[in-house]
Amino acid sequence: MFDTDKWQEIYYSLKQNKLRSFLTAFGVFWGIFMLIVMLGSGNGLQNGVTQGFGDFATNSVFIWTQRTTVEYKGFPKGRFFNYNNADITAIQKNIKNIRYLAPRLRAGGFGGGDNVIRGLNSGAFQISGDYPAMNLIDPINIDKGRFINDIDIEQKRKIVIIGTRVQEALFEPDEDPMGEYIRIQGVYFKVAGIFSSKKSGEQGDRENQGIYMPFTTLQKTYNYGDIVGFFAITAYDNVSVSKVEEETIKLLKQRHLIAPEDDQAIGHFNVEKEFKQMKGVFLGIDGLIWLVGIGTLLAGVIGVSNIMLVIVKERTKEIGIQRAIGATPVKIMSQIITESIFITAFAGYIGLVIGTGLIELVSFALIKFEVDSNMFRNPEVDFQVAVTALLILVISGAFAGFIPAKRAVSIKPIDALRSE
Amino acid sequence: MIELKGLHKSYITGNNKLHVLKGLDLIIEQGELVSVMGSSGSGKSTLLNVLGILDSYDNGSYKLNNTLMSNLTEKKAAHFRNNMIGFVFQSFNLISFKNAMENVALPLYYQRVGRKTRNKIAMEYLDKMGIKDWAEHMPNELSGGQKQRVAIARAMISKPKVILADEPTGALDSTTSLEVMDLFREINKSGITMIIVTHERDISEKTNRIIQLKDGIIESDLISKN
Repeated sequence: MFDTDKWQEIYYSLKQNKLRSFLTAFGVFWGIFMLIVMLGSGNGLQNGVTQGFGDFATNSVFIWTQRTTVEYKGFPKGRFFNYNNADITAIQKNIKNIRYLAPRLRAGGFGGGDNVIRGLNSGAFQISGDYPAMNLIDPINIDKGRFINDIDIEQKRKIVIIGTRVQEALFEPDEDPMGEYIRIQGVYFKVAGIFSSKKSGEQGDRENQGIYMPFTTLQKTYNYGDIVGFFAITAYDNVSVSKVEEETIKLLKQRHLIAPEDDQAIGHFNVEKEFKQMKGVFLGIDGLIWLVGIGTLLAGVIGVSNIMLVIVKERTKEIGIQRAIGATPVKIMSQIITESIFITAFAGYIGLVIGTGLIELVSFALIKFEVDSNMFRNPEVDFQVAVTALLILVISGAFAGFIPAKRAVSIKPIDALRSE
Repeated sequence: MIELKGLHKSYITGNNKLHVLKGLDLIIEQGELVSVMGSSGSGKSTLLNVLGILDSYDNGSYKLNNTLMSNLTEKKAAHFRNNMIGFVFQSFNLISFKNAMENVALPLYYQRVGRKTRNKIAMEYLDKMGIKDWAEHMPNELSGGQKQRVAIARAMISKPKVILADEPTGALDSTTSLEVMDLFREINKSGITMIIVTHERDISEKTNRIIQLKDGIIESDLISKN
């Protein structure tokens, strides 16, 4: 039931000193406002950086070759070596828990001369020879056509999937590249698909300037024989890729006669480790945000508690009268605690709304002005976090009111009545 | 109705112990109209506070309506004050942010009577006091006599067994004082025990029994003629 008398009293009590009530409420407002804005910004930072990863399978590892640094079985140190097609089958046969295995070869790239020609247009693009599994490890958006399939690999088909920037460079805007031919290394390839990167910023830009062709086709076109550039491996979801990485490297060392203790010979990059490290950083940032936010909020709540003490002191006589005519201590305490919760929750709610509003505004502006940053993107506040914050407010409001309420009923009614 | 036996009460102020009530024995029957007189410091206000369960006592016993009033929790005390006792103070003690009607209805609010019902009852009591037209006025818009009528209405609304008045006419002019006393006599006729603390002789002369306190003991206890 709505208790009119209770709210009449709260209204009166807060109206007595409007500036004081406002400043007290502002303390709480500022606390929750800061918390929300910081949380939103933290999320924006996190979204920005993780977006750089695209849909990258985070439990992946890349393994490539470097120079040996240890003499072994009659080989000198400083030796170059290459992976080959036989390694592919050996890895598939011997290493367990591999979900996807994608050997890869690369040719060309920026910095080099123009390597792709169509009519009068030409450009320098990164050309990758890939297996179908590559699109599962480091996925791209296929805008048109298709990605490489198993038959392409088997038949060494001369097809390519080109990035959007490649399309822009080689084709007129009103042209449909599908089914058209482009010349790479003197060989004509049919365009079978167009893709765009899922990543943002510079990384996505670079990816869009790439061309994919079947792995086997690239080996043949560039006369690589059975050389494999590097391996991309994804482990099953419930398996740590670090273990797979270790086993694979051990196998490759055996196969290429590399000293077991030679850590320099085989280069490898563990996305999982990197990802975990990044998660750790964000966890730290999140923790800091909560610490500072809760601290600010606490200062506001202590302010409320303080003011409630003052209010109780000012109204001692009134409380005495109420008790003389039958108000129970519980009634008095509930009155004061309700008032405290009301200030905290009301100010906090406004802080929540304005904070969320600001975050939304920034988010809207980022989209509107097409700011594509690698560091900041789509700031947001979890609905759950907002509800939690409100809950914290109500509870802390109750705490803030508790001590003053206790103080109000600890005085004997007669002493309260006598006070002026 | 009210039964005091060997009632002692002292206050401790710093290192000094002030013995205010020094063993009072007193019986007041239902329906009496009593005035308690005495100079300041005689203990009359302290006695009233103990009777009103606003203050505790040290020794002896206090029975109200055959119930011993000692070691009460504040909740119990509030309950007794609410149901058995009505207070009228010298300075009226109305709640400043409530209008006359709401002030009168307040004891019923603590009894969890619904707002509509209690306001209706409050209007009846204001009508009895003859200030129905001022029901919507705030306390600071009322004269002293009107305020005290509101306070009396508030004291009566919970149908108490006893009304305790602490210098009820202390802040009123003589004409209004007499009007208030007439009101008290009328209320008393309905069976409610009245205990009035005063130091004005012409006020006490309007009551049926005058108890004179001096230095914490009863000096005289006279049944007056009227």
